[in-house]
Amino acid sequence: MHRLELIDISKQYPAVKANDRVRLRVKPGEIHAVLGENGAGKSTLMKIIYGAVRPDEGEMRWNGEQVQVASPAEARKLGISMVYQHFSLFDTLTAAENVWLGLDKSLSLADVVARIREVAGVYGLEVDPLRPVHTLSVGERQRVEIVRALMTSPKLLILDEPTSVLTPQAVQTLFVTLRKLAQEGCSILYISHKLDEIRALCHHCTVLRGGKVTGEVDPAKESNASLSRLMIGAEPPQLQHREPNLGSVVLSVRGLTLAKEDPFGTALDAVSFEVRAGEVVGIAGVSGNGQQELMAAISGEDRRAPAGSIRLFGNDIARASPRRRRVAGLHFVPEERLGRGAVPTLSLAQNTLLTRTGAVGAFGWLRIDAIGALAESLIRRFNVKAGGPGSAAKSLSGGNLQKFIVGREIDAQPKLLVVSQPTWGVDVGAAAQIRGELLALRDNGCAVLVVSEELDELFEICDRLIVIAQGRVSPGVATAAATVEQIGEWMSGLWSRDFAASHAPA
Amino acid sequence: MDQFALLVAATLNSGTVLAFAALGLLINERAGIVNLGAEGMMLVAAVAGFATAFHTGNDWLAFGAGAVAGAVLAAAFGFLVIWLNTNQYATGLALSLFGAGFSAFVGIRYTQEKLGEQHNFAIPGLADLPFVGPALFRQHPMVYLAIALTLAIAWFLYRARAGLVLRAVGESPESAHALGYPVRRIRLAAVVVGGALCGVAGAYISVVSTHLWVEGMTAGKGWIALALTTFATWRPARVLLGAYLFGGVTMLQLQLQGEGVQISSQFLTMLPYLATVLVLVLISRNAAFIRVNMPASIGKPFFPG
Amino acid sequence: MLRLEARPAPSRAMSLASPLIALAITVVIGTCLFVLLGKDPLRGLAVFFVEPLKSVYALTELAVKATPLLLIALGLAVCFRSNVWNIGAEGQFIVGAIAAGGIAMLAGKDTGNWFFVLVLAGGVLGGMLWAAIVALLRDRFNANEILVSLMLVYVAEQLLNYVVYGPWKDPHGYNFPQTITFLKSTQVPRLYGSYRVNIGTIGALVAVAAFWILLFRTYAGFQLQVGGLAPAAARYAGFSARKALWSALLLSGAMAGLAGGLEVAGPLGQLTPHVPAGYGFAAIIVAFVGRLHPVGIVFSAILMSMFYIGGELAQSRLGLPKSLTGVFQGLLLFTLLACDTLIAYRIRWTSSHATAPSSAALPASQMQSQTQTIDDAPLGPVVASSNLPTREST
Repeated sequence: MHRLELIDISKQYPAVKANDRVRLRVKPGEIHAVLGENGAGKSTLMKIIYGAVRPDEGEMRWNGEQVQVASPAEARKLGISMVYQHFSLFDTLTAAENVWLGLDKSLSLADVVARIREVAGVYGLEVDPLRPVHTLSVGERQRVEIVRALMTSPKLLILDEPTSVLTPQAVQTLFVTLRKLAQEGCSILYISHKLDEIRALCHHCTVLRGGKVTGEVDPAKESNASLSRLMIGAEPPQLQHREPNLGSVVLSVRGLTLAKEDPFGTALDAVSFEVRAGEVVGIAGVSGNGQQELMAAISGEDRRAPAGSIRLFGNDIARASPRRRRVAGLHFVPEERLGRGAVPTLSLAQNTLLTRTGAVGAFGWLRIDAIGALAESLIRRFNVKAGGPGSAAKSLSGGNLQKFIVGREIDAQPKLLVVSQPTWGVDVGAAAQIRGELLALRDNGCAVLVVSEELDELFEICDRLIVIAQGRVSPGVATAAATVEQIGEWMSGLWSRDFAASHAPA
Repeated sequence: MDQFALLVAATLNSGTVLAFAALGLLINERAGIVNLGAEGMMLVAAVAGFATAFHTGNDWLAFGAGAVAGAVLAAAFGFLVIWLNTNQYATGLALSLFGAGFSAFVGIRYTQEKLGEQHNFAIPGLADLPFVGPALFRQHPMVYLAIALTLAIAWFLYRARAGLVLRAVGESPESAHALGYPVRRIRLAAVVVGGALCGVAGAYISVVSTHLWVEGMTAGKGWIALALTTFATWRPARVLLGAYLFGGVTMLQLQLQGEGVQISSQFLTMLPYLATVLVLVLISRNAAFIRVNMPASIGKPFFPG
Repeated sequence: MLRLEARPAPSRAMSLASPLIALAITVVIGTCLFVLLGKDPLRGLAVFFVEPLKSVYALTELAVKATPLLLIALGLAVCFRSNVWNIGAEGQFIVGAIAAGGIAMLAGKDTGNWFFVLVLAGGVLGGMLWAAIVALLRDRFNANEILVSLMLVYVAEQLLNYVVYGPWKDPHGYNFPQTITFLKSTQVPRLYGSYRVNIGTIGALVAVAAFWILLFRTYAGFQLQVGGLAPAAARYAGFSARKALWSALLLSGAMAGLAGGLEVAGPLGQLTPHVPAGYGFAAIIVAFVGRLHPVGIVFSAILMSMFYIGGELAQSRLGLPKSLTGVFQGLLLFTLLACDTLIAYRIRWTSSHATAPSSAALPASQMQSQTQTIDDAPLGPVVASSNLPTREST
């Protein structure tokens, strides 16, 4: 008998059908993957199982009996527990208080503290219950989330993209925990789009595409190619790699030390690296180690960098405004699309004005036609699916908006393009196109700096890699000479041991 | 010495109004909602309380009426802001403007009236102690209630699980919703309780402090109470102290005016408002400090699902 | 059961209809109020909506009332679109009036008729100065502009009282708290005959065009609006938040001060403690009901003036309290905010069955790619995706 069974579950949102007659079956003690690219409907399906969203049609069976899960509290009573991708933790409360909130009322806070230590010990998850959450690293926060889920003695544990915030080593530790749980009879639903992980960990896999189930397979018997075909209908797109044609140094960062502005942020400590024309340099690292702060210093959103610490073609831009940096040839694509890279309620045409001022005339007069024409050309050139230059930015899908924003900056013919999380939340087709555009830029002699949490992506498009950890940056290493394990260790800050052993200086 | 004791007593009295209002606003803001309608709620409650006291002669019923008036207005505000997700600042302003007009409208009937007996309260025994007696123990029971309320709210926020839930909702309604808490209902409860307390404050002004009804009689106390919650970084004990501080400034300025000090009366009247500005400047200077202490979701709309 | 369902795109039709629906609701409530007070509702409505439009004289009086509201609301619209919450326009109005009055008193018997320009300039500078205090405290100390600007309203009132009870009191005024009546040379020229409407009204209409151009056809206006809609995007683009703060406040302070100067150099002709008529607060409502759009503000200013005049007429002709005006104004804003919800959401009847769609849900694709907006100033109000009128770049 299956522990969980979904039969013909459907959910319609105003503009899209997120789930279309989805069927899913999970046995007790089974680690079951739900595979799909961004936008396939995985999150919605999990929310339905967890009771945060109600389906329009369909039936859910728990241990053979039909159930209606009307709220997360009811899901918890059944024994369903969820660990979110974007954690639902409260920063100013302690770990124990956070866990307490996630449990139903019976225990006292002191009991909870004791139980946390117990559970953490059994499953090998290091958690200090008395520390406020805002002092914890991302990996530690995830452990709090997992402990919170485990303390409800779940029969079904749902994990939504759990490894995006972990180093490769931490991923292995997580897998050990999950396998132990499964052995004890807990079913696990593992949401991911990472094919290697699914093949390594999961017993069974349901593939979603465009809200429909395209296959139910045993991942051990499949290859990346076959899984990819189920996931996106084709093989993973191949990118063209040419030999780098290195030019002079474009960006030079030396001794960038920056105190943190946000009390919950990370300080930068003597960050130093270079980017030359015609190469793609990637910055790897687990989220929360200073990437945001480094990007803000380079883009000009934070102008407190020490004078001379950031130079473009030798000129000091450490204190320059974003506009001056753009004039000098530095363009930036931020990781947040809506709200930072584009204004959600303004049209695509108006959004070009954020970084492109060609259509601004004397005395600041706006030439409306020119603005519209620019947006139109970006839409065409970068294959953006949108209603037109007048569509609001928030009406585009994640992938299309990202194509527009990246396109807006590429079209400006930058000498240095800095991109943060280029394909986060973007469907595979758009992701491939964006990565292709970055490589094309680099082939044309532009310098490119990419920050990404997806190691696969970095290994695919970068010529050189550096790693950021706790606000410090490692020496550079050629991608061809680097391994995932090594980079994984460096992501924990452990590069000084290896540095002695012959690696290319930054 | 006697003068000073009386000044202390008057300070406690004056500060109690601000204390009730600011504690109500604190509960609101802890849930993430800013209610700029405090001034309006207090005015409507003041006229409601006055009318009730006038017709029934019962002060406690008057406080009840004030609380109900505040709660009803707050509920309307809460519905708009929580379920319809209207902009909190604009809606609160609308409430204040409406409250000012509505209270003036209803209060016309009572403008020339005066409430009857003036009670004198005294705690037996303690009231006869030298200095502390007249200073502390001859107050209206509401003054002691304000202190008790402060302690109760502090206990609630930091010791009770329900208070922890409230703080969590104010910090991140999305996370609380993900955990299954009825975020909107909790917020509405906070808003209504806050409104009731503002109502009590309003009724206190007309029924106890002045025994009159005058149009616009709160003279900005609602806004000062809002500044107070920020000044006190959302902690109940600090709110009470701040309220007494402001009460003191108000009393001092009245004292100085009465003694014919050589400064024009208008400048003395300005003192509480200038003090509010000063206090805001002092506390806001350290942006990082505020960010760590402020309930993170203040002012932001929440969309469940 | 009624549920709210998100529309795929904001409804333009609703954006225009919402103020009308709000007005209708306010009228209905008003009618009930009239009945409750024992007055004929039709006469009551006539006094508010028909009388102010009946004759040339009535129309000019409407213009006289609407002009300051229009001027102040234009400045406030820029402020609110920039997410700067200047609630203390009333204080800037008062200080503008004081400054204008001070200059007016400098006129002598032989001063030319151009002097009113100086008087108005004084008003502008006074208002700007008062607003500059708010800007400075927010810029240097992060102090919340809502509370500071409000506190300064009370301070400004006391300042006015001080000058009219003290140094500027007319020695021949029988000890009433008022200044001398200002000389003719300080008066703003009237438009026609004995009607009170003056060139200030023309100026206000010119200002409407100027503000439209500023908001929708200049880069500066664009920068201000982005600062209000998405502070993180403004920071990314390199738009100076400091510049936006100061421009918005100085501009709205100037407009409020100008309105104050116009009142003093126009209908009032002197300074008294009754200079503050609540225009600074009513203008907030005018700005919102006009959708923060210069053209919309013209209509809402006229509407608000009708409420004012109607209130006065209701008092003199029907024996109704003047405070009715305030009730209607507050009610109008309240209902408008509620009706604005319909721009982004539809109302649906659904049976409360277990499989009912969840309310106010965002499309899955948007939820997955929508990241949280980063909020900026810790004490400044964050507008995020709230219910303010949608920005149209018409």
